[in-house]
Amino acid sequence: METKLLTEHYDKEEFRNLDGYKRHGGYEVLKKALKMQPQSIIDEVKASGLRGRGGAGFATGVKWGFLPKNNEPRYLLCNADEGEPGTYKDRLMMEKAPHQLIEGMVISGFAIGSNKGYIYIRGEYDYPIAVVEQALKEAYSAGLLGKNILGSGFDFDLDVYKGAGAYICGEETGMISSLEGLKGQPKLKPPFPAVQGYLKKPTIVNNVETLAAVVPIIKDGAAAYRKFGTEKSAGTKLFSLSGNVVKPGNYEVPLAYPLKDMIYKLGGGLKPGRKLKAVIPGGSSAPVLTAEEAEKALLDYESLAGMGSMLGSGAIIVIDDSQCMVDMLGVLTHFYNHESCGQCTPCREGTGWLNKIVHSILEGRGRLQDLDLLVKVADNMKGRTICALSDAAALPVISFVSKFRDEFEFYVREGRSKVKGTSYAEMHH
Amino acid sequence: MFQLSAQGLQEVQKELKRYETKESAIIPALYIAQKENKGWVNDEVIHHLSKVMEIPESRINEVFKFYTMFNQRPVGKFHVQVCANISCALNGGRELAQHICKELKVGYDQMTEDGRYTVSKVECLGSCGTAPMMQVNDKYYENLTPESAMNILRGLK
Repeated sequence: METKLLTEHYDKEEFRNLDGYKRHGGYEVLKKALKMQPQSIIDEVKASGLRGRGGAGFATGVKWGFLPKNNEPRYLLCNADEGEPGTYKDRLMMEKAPHQLIEGMVISGFAIGSNKGYIYIRGEYDYPIAVVEQALKEAYSAGLLGKNILGSGFDFDLDVYKGAGAYICGEETGMISSLEGLKGQPKLKPPFPAVQGYLKKPTIVNNVETLAAVVPIIKDGAAAYRKFGTEKSAGTKLFSLSGNVVKPGNYEVPLAYPLKDMIYKLGGGLKPGRKLKAVIPGGSSAPVLTAEEAEKALLDYESLAGMGSMLGSGAIIVIDDSQCMVDMLGVLTHFYNHESCGQCTPCREGTGWLNKIVHSILEGRGRLQDLDLLVKVADNMKGRTICALSDAAALPVISFVSKFRDEFEFYVREGRSKVKGTSYAEMHH
Repeated sequence: MFQLSAQGLQEVQKELKRYETKESAIIPALYIAQKENKGWVNDEVIHHLSKVMEIPESRINEVFKFYTMFNQRPVGKFHVQVCANISCALNGGRELAQHICKELKVGYDQMTEDGRYTVSKVECLGSCGTAPMMQVNDKYYENLTPESAMNILRGLK
């Protein structure tokens, strides 16, 4: 069973239009929020335990609390540059409920004292962009955006910025660079965006799902939100299930939901005759779990961190026993090599080396010592760069090689996949 | 020499005023110009945008080169981008890309002789629950089979 705090009305076509959204209680929470003290909204979000749903899992209310306590202009940016492989929940939210995001952003803007926001959407999301732009028009016409919103005296302008294809722009300072008209290269922190962000002004960057979750939190209060999940991982979350399952899709469940129920109950299990081999539980950057680990895993920040992996963006990628782990790692190393922005040496060079070594194995030129070399290069990439992409590239490599070492050793020795029986060249050329 | 149409010029002027600084208009302007230049951007386009926007060519160029959605070479009328990342790879995305190339008798990132198609393998497009998938120009096509993909591509007008 899903717990649909955010997605209850997603099956209704009308929910994406202003009238339909209002018929289901839309913008009532905004009315309530505009009568509250901004600080009490921040306190409520803090008390709810809401954590960033984009990947890092940082406490939202705490992040808001880093803003300077003065009247300096500040920006609220929505990160809709969804690019973590396996993740497609923000796309769903924008397509099905653009007004939920807008309502969450106006409330959040009011809470943090911002009068200007942007929704940075990845460029490939042409359709979601059109849906959000239409919703913005409706909201402006109805006085829900712009000057003196609903007679409250609060002004908030909101616009869309269309990205142009770069995974790194999902990193908040990379996104800020991109919005400033630069290459999407991350910036060294500190200063953190809350102090010095977009155009060097205080800036809050939150994920689509995070901002939308502000609506139910202000509607029913932090205590009601905390009925779901655990002490440290409160509330519900959307999980994007993909890979080798019968019913892939986005599912909203309370945090700490069992991973095996996600795969076998909501996801309909594996295809007939197939067995579970591995699960990547939080987007491609999360270390892979073996089938045994996946059986025990709970979907919350602490449980997955305790298993040496992470919840990340909530993208669950299911891998069955017909798949070759060497081949799949090659897909991931290619991705990170392609997406490294190139400014930090360990990442620029490291992602290239990882990809070359994995592909030399795939092409039958591997040596046994390459397996240790992979881990050594990956180790040297961790914690040495401006942003987390380098770590994100390193972690899958270490987990794949150490947990499925027999498949890698077989490939090196035989020059072909243990699972497929053939070589990469035979599989893909 | 490349020049924006009157409408394109008007759109660029609008983007220049839309955001807090005019540099934020570089990406939108590149989109507008790329559309008017048959789907790709060359030095002439950069030169023209630089003059129109009063931004140095080098500034526009660095943005142009950084992002994958701007094409540095001519592409076919239909730019077919097949996702080869993990969720699609687990569901035959790469085999789909290979099949399309074979059927259209063209290699990756090359244009078919009639100028109709360019096929590329690309990274995750956020359509992982509906794998395998492809993006043709701005549109997503999901839950594909080799046959359905070819039917879609051959039927494009």
